[in-house]
Amino acid sequence: MTERIPWERWDEPHEPWLLPGRCPDRSERTLLLEMTTRVVFPTILVFSLYLLLVGHYSPGGGFSGGLVAGLAFVLRYIAGGRQDIGGAVRIRPPVVIGLGLTIAVLTALAPALAGNAVLSSAMWEVELPLLGTLEVVSSLLLDVGVYLLIVGVALDLLRSLGAGIEQDARAAGERM
Amino acid sequence: MSTLVTLPVLLPMLGAGLTVITSRSATLQRLIGIAVLIAVAVLAAVLLVAADRTGPIVAEMGGWAAPVGIALVADRLAALLLLVSTLVTLAVLVYSIDQRVADYGRETPSTTFHPMYLLLCTGVSLAYLTGDLFTLFVAFEIMLSASYVLITRRTSASRIRSGMTYVTVSLTSSLLFLTMVALVYAATGTVNLADLAAQVGELPDGLRTVLALLVVVVFGIKAAVVPLHFWLPDSYPNAPSPVTALFAGLLTKVGLYALLRTQTLVFPQDGSKTLLLWLAVATMVVGALGALAQNDLNRLLSFLLVSHIGYMLFGIAVFDVAGIAGTVLYIVHHITVQATLFLVSGLITRRTGTVSIDRMGGLAKTAPALAVLFAVPALTLAGIPPTSGFVAKLALLQAGAGSGVATAAVAGVVVASSLLTLYAMARVWVRVFWGTPQPPLSDPDPTDELVVGTGSTPRPMVAAAGSLAAVSVAIAVAAGPLSAVTGRAAEDLLDRGPYRTAVLGEEAR
Repeated sequence: MTERIPWERWDEPHEPWLLPGRCPDRSERTLLLEMTTRVVFPTILVFSLYLLLVGHYSPGGGFSGGLVAGLAFVLRYIAGGRQDIGGAVRIRPPVVIGLGLTIAVLTALAPALAGNAVLSSAMWEVELPLLGTLEVVSSLLLDVGVYLLIVGVALDLLRSLGAGIEQDARAAGERM
Repeated sequence: MSTLVTLPVLLPMLGAGLTVITSRSATLQRLIGIAVLIAVAVLAAVLLVAADRTGPIVAEMGGWAAPVGIALVADRLAALLLLVSTLVTLAVLVYSIDQRVADYGRETPSTTFHPMYLLLCTGVSLAYLTGDLFTLFVAFEIMLSASYVLITRRTSASRIRSGMTYVTVSLTSSLLFLTMVALVYAATGTVNLADLAAQVGELPDGLRTVLALLVVVVFGIKAAVVPLHFWLPDSYPNAPSPVTALFAGLLTKVGLYALLRTQTLVFPQDGSKTLLLWLAVATMVVGALGALAQNDLNRLLSFLLVSHIGYMLFGIAVFDVAGIAGTVLYIVHHITVQATLFLVSGLITRRTGTVSIDRMGGLAKTAPALAVLFAVPALTLAGIPPTSGFVAKLALLQAGAGSGVATAAVAGVVVASSLLTLYAMARVWVRVFWGTPQPPLSDPDPTDELVVGTGSTPRPMVAAAGSLAAVSVAIAVAAGPLSAVTGRAAEDLLDRGPYRTAVLGEEAR
């Protein structure tokens, strides 16, 4: 037996749709956006990974993949507010940026250890059961670095320009 | 060997990434920053020796050959300036770490300062080493975007305004730069500097003149050449003193380096001699007279900086081996001395609590170490023998006197504006260091890091500034071998052959 709900408020959303479970004020919630985000968020992330992986020969790559993943987080922020984005990503954004930059630079330097020119790339062909031949390019790691960097920048922007301004406005007593 | 050329760019970038990751541990951040810069300084010294012995060292990115791929080139000029710049960035980093420890204690990590500082060093290294016009643009953008953060970091609202001047002017010049790169590429089909050297010569005269003029305007804004200097005295004095020292020492000189590189390699004196001579005269005179009118110590130093840009422009305008060699020697001397002066000015304002030289006094009694530390770079900047300023100015004057009536006349302006510099420095000396000692004023704005007014000078900060002053003394001591190197660098620049052969291979000759 659930709690009785006044008839005029039965259609207000009560349950959290997004995973971390914290919702902003009821008045800000839109059920449609939350539902859509819940369905679309993982899809966008998978699509961004697809862009990252095919980037060597086709349109895509670390930068555009990272931007698409960043957009997924922007969507979550709009739907779920700052509590949600804080729950979805527990690592601090600057660390993601730094990790991306470090991976990219190390990938650039790695060929020098083998005596090749800096930034040159190698390619391996891998036979996979069912999937067939897979070409792996070492510059994919560079793209992974760029991907992380861009995602980190998007998260940092959401933290400073989104949640940060929201917090300041609340502190100043403005109604959001 | 060629991998070594890429490391001065990649190491600071790696350091920037690592300092963001370690942004909870101040000690680790500081260690990474200092270790990276020491490594780059050693690399630059190795590159300088190697380039001096065997000619320019080229690294092709990703193994792609030069006109198509991006090449990094370390010739004598690039390696020499890289070495001096890294010594300055190292000293300024130590100074600002000491300042932070003195003001906020040992355990105060910063998410922005160290990464941005190292990114700026990345941009500076890339600008010196790149052999490609578009990569030069990228280098300037890396450098400038880091500098936007450093100049507006931890400031008050009124100072953001002057930071905005800097950002707007820099963005405008970047836009012009990008336009120039696009036009050059449209006209010639290449952005490789060594390749451009041949291609630009085949363009129609009018087009070549327009492109050359655009180059002068673009790098003129970056180097603060009068009448494009207006942004500098407004923005530089509003940053914390280590940041101002870094900008004043490096950013304008990188602009000048780009001008020197393009004027010698791509547009060898395309009717620009008269223009450059007039610009040099205007820059020297306006800067020196502007400095005399200032009461704010940092603004005064900024105007002197503008004035001395004119000297280096003069050497480029003379355009013979002696003139170019003089310019290179002057850049080396000026990077160190200008950074030292701004660091010392930071120490002075920290002690007195004001930037106004009228309200200071008697520092020679209360802080004799500071007086010595100010006197050395001040005399060097004015060019009193036997300092490095004298050596560099003498080289420029000899070049000017030996190459025609017009340049000899401008050499007279050089002497006059040196006297004005000496006068401005003497005025600062009399007001600030002589007279009755004044009590330190209270901090006008406690929210920023600019003027503190503690009445004290922490020893580590004095040591950092002193080490930079020692570098400029060392330049004077090593003037003989140094001017031999700059002479050979100037011959390379005017000959263009060694650079082009190194980048493009034997058939380019």
